[in-house]
Amino acid sequence: MRHIISVLLENEPGSLARVVGLFAQRGYNIDSLTVAPTEDATMSRLTLVTHGNDQVIEQITKQLHKLIEVVKLQDLSESAHVERELMLIKVKATSGEQRDEVKRCADIFRGQIIDVTAKTFTIQVVGTSDKLDAFIEALKGSAIIEVVRSGVSGIARGEKTLTL
Amino acid sequence: MTSQNTKTEMLSGAAMVIRALADEGVEYLYGYPGGAVLHIYDALFQQSKVKHVLVRHEQAATHMADAYARASGKAGVVLVTSGPGATNAVTGIATAYMDSIPMVVLTGQVMSHLIGEDAFQETDMLGISRPIVKHNMSVRRPEDIPYLIKKAFYIAQSGRPGPVVLDIPKDMTMPHERYPYQYPESIKLRSYNPTAAGHPGQIKKAVTALLKAKRPVIYAGGGVIMGQAAEELTALARKLNYPVTNTLMGLGAFPAADRQFVGMLGMHGSYEANMTMHHADVILAVGARFDDRVTNNTKKFCPDATIIHIDIDPASISKTINAHIPIVGLVKPVLSAMLAQLEQKKAQPDTQALATWWQQIDEWRTVHGGHYDSDTAVLKPQAVIEAVSRITQGEAYVTSDVGQHQMFAAQYYKFNKPNRWINSGGLGTMGFGLPAAMGVKLNYPDADVVCVTGEGSIQMNIQELSTCKQYGLGVKIINLNNGYLGMVKQWQDMNYESRYASSYMDSLPDFVKLAEAYGHVGIRVTKPEELQPALEKAFAHKDQLVFLDIHVDPKEHVYPMQVPGGAINDMFLSKTKRT
Ligand SMILES: Cc1ncc(C[n+]2csc(CCOP(=O)(O)OP(=O)(O)O)c2C)c(N)n1
Ligand SMILES: [Mg+2]
Repeated sequence: MRHIISVLLENEPGSLARVVGLFAQRGYNIDSLTVAPTEDATMSRLTLVTHGNDQVIEQITKQLHKLIEVVKLQDLSESAHVERELMLIKVKATSGEQRDEVKRCADIFRGQIIDVTAKTFTIQVVGTSDKLDAFIEALKGSAIIEVVRSGVSGIARGEKTLTL
Repeated sequence: MTSQNTKTEMLSGAAMVIRALADEGVEYLYGYPGGAVLHIYDALFQQSKVKHVLVRHEQAATHMADAYARASGKAGVVLVTSGPGATNAVTGIATAYMDSIPMVVLTGQVMSHLIGEDAFQETDMLGISRPIVKHNMSVRRPEDIPYLIKKAFYIAQSGRPGPVVLDIPKDMTMPHERYPYQYPESIKLRSYNPTAAGHPGQIKKAVTALLKAKRPVIYAGGGVIMGQAAEELTALARKLNYPVTNTLMGLGAFPAADRQFVGMLGMHGSYEANMTMHHADVILAVGARFDDRVTNNTKKFCPDATIIHIDIDPASISKTINAHIPIVGLVKPVLSAMLAQLEQKKAQPDTQALATWWQQIDEWRTVHGGHYDSDTAVLKPQAVIEAVSRITQGEAYVTSDVGQHQMFAAQYYKFNKPNRWINSGGLGTMGFGLPAAMGVKLNYPDADVVCVTGEGSIQMNIQELSTCKQYGLGVKIINLNNGYLGMVKQWQDMNYESRYASSYMDSLPDFVKLAEAYGHVGIRVTKPEELQPALEKAFAHKDQLVFLDIHVDPKEHVYPMQVPGGAINDMFLSKTKRT
């Protein structure tokens, strides 16, 4: 099962290495990882996408908790939440027909064309990971040159929070 | 005096390191000097509160500190230089980590501006030690040193204990740069607050389940020893009259001489302990972690049992074996709370079921019962341990190395007190025994301290015989010399048709002469009848190190031994018998 784990982490040197090291040492999967400071600069917020059976996920959350610099964590996928990922994708767009096709596709996915040259389009798409996958799939016909994905960020819906 | 009038002391970073240790109550520091820590050594030289023990290899410093912690419950402290000094300490740090032993390791580091430049004797000690420490930190500003040292002790000693490394770049310790010094009394971290008391609801559930048991067993591990809870465990077990088994790390948590003790469990556990576990309907696991050397095949583990698991570390609960009633907390207050509830309750254990259960256990006791072939012309290693146990009345501190001798010590020494059995259970570090014995002897000079070792293991830190001379450490070394890396040989006998690939050591030194060369007493024992007089002579030398080189049967195997892939109670009982 896919899980999205949000972690509040002391923003100290080496604390991120400790989180990543834990996953490597214990053989847990990391599908994506994003990290940046919060409104409080002494704390970072980390969003980790992983998969495993219930027992593995339980161990992951417990082992993360054991890290001295982990302040709090939450398995977002356990309740209602919003998740978003940002993708920048550069595609070849030379002929008029190609350019129209890419534009149409971008519109359907509510993507924005953020850079244009005579030979390329760069499109920004935001959404769930599934949506980004679908967009890549839809563009398979045109030549994709480069893909950058931010990894998932997520937040719980409603009153539920992950704050101090 | 008001705080305004108090003049804050101004100290260099180096002086702060030593002063903070003194304020923490540290008596001994184990270490070895080198370029990156010379300022600290100079500060050490200029005071007398903290005493330094100069080992011959940094690994020994870590084991000395570790063993002190195992015996006392307080963190041991190590000081080593950067680069090779730090890497030599790695095995000792990992050893402490695997057994959850509190330790503070101060490692020197090159000047901050050189970090990352592959400077002379630079190694990334934070990176190297990350997977084998509870936490590690580095000093970035000299004025943070008192806080960081307090934090290191707090983390090492609270919750599930473990080693903490503090990396100190040389420029943090400059002798002429002074900063205000104040040692914090306590520390609070927003990201780290280990639980202490267990959940009352869970404790209640556990007591109810315990009282309903028909075939109960108490399975106690190293958490009871390090959690200083042997007294509570013993009281609880006696109140209920339930059988108790200890893990390798838990020996001494319940007295071996007590009728309720069924022995150690696991890979080389007693037949009765493993049988009692397998057939139990309720298991109370206390400060134990269902290690693979205990459970054998987890899929076949104790099929009928309701498992109550008390542990300070939530990650240890349901990691390998699912716990039905988990209780996260320090074992001491949790056991006290259980006892208090038992006192109040009118419900009693099912005495009739218990009588039947004890009858069954007593039958199992007759099946193997620690039997070994004793009337032979060659000395048996088991007989040596039994003799040592008798002569020290189960009261000595016994450290060990790793191998057959370790298992014989665990099986045949009757530990009646906690914190007396000191061995590397989790990592299985050969070379641990002698430095460990030294760490204990230094801190408990009046106690008998015995190091049970083998001719393979002892050679891994033999150089420490020199340290023993320097500090007058009169440990008794029981070298069970079988001429082989015996445990390896046993596996080769059982699984590789006795092809002894590199398990025989040629050219062993004359250990008696070697001991004498270091200024100690050496005694050789080759026949059964020489054993008792030799032991009496050795223990009569109160302040001298005595190296007993005891030639034992090279063919002996450790039994019982679990059958790989089997249940906890699938065992070989001798070379020809299995369950
Ligand atoms: C540092 C280290 N290297 C290798 C091993 C693997 N090992 C486990 S027991 C053993 C043999 C130990 O021989 P000895 O000290 O003579 O003890 P014996 O088994 O003969 O009693 C070895 C090599 C280990 N545990 N530790
Ligand atoms: Mg040997």
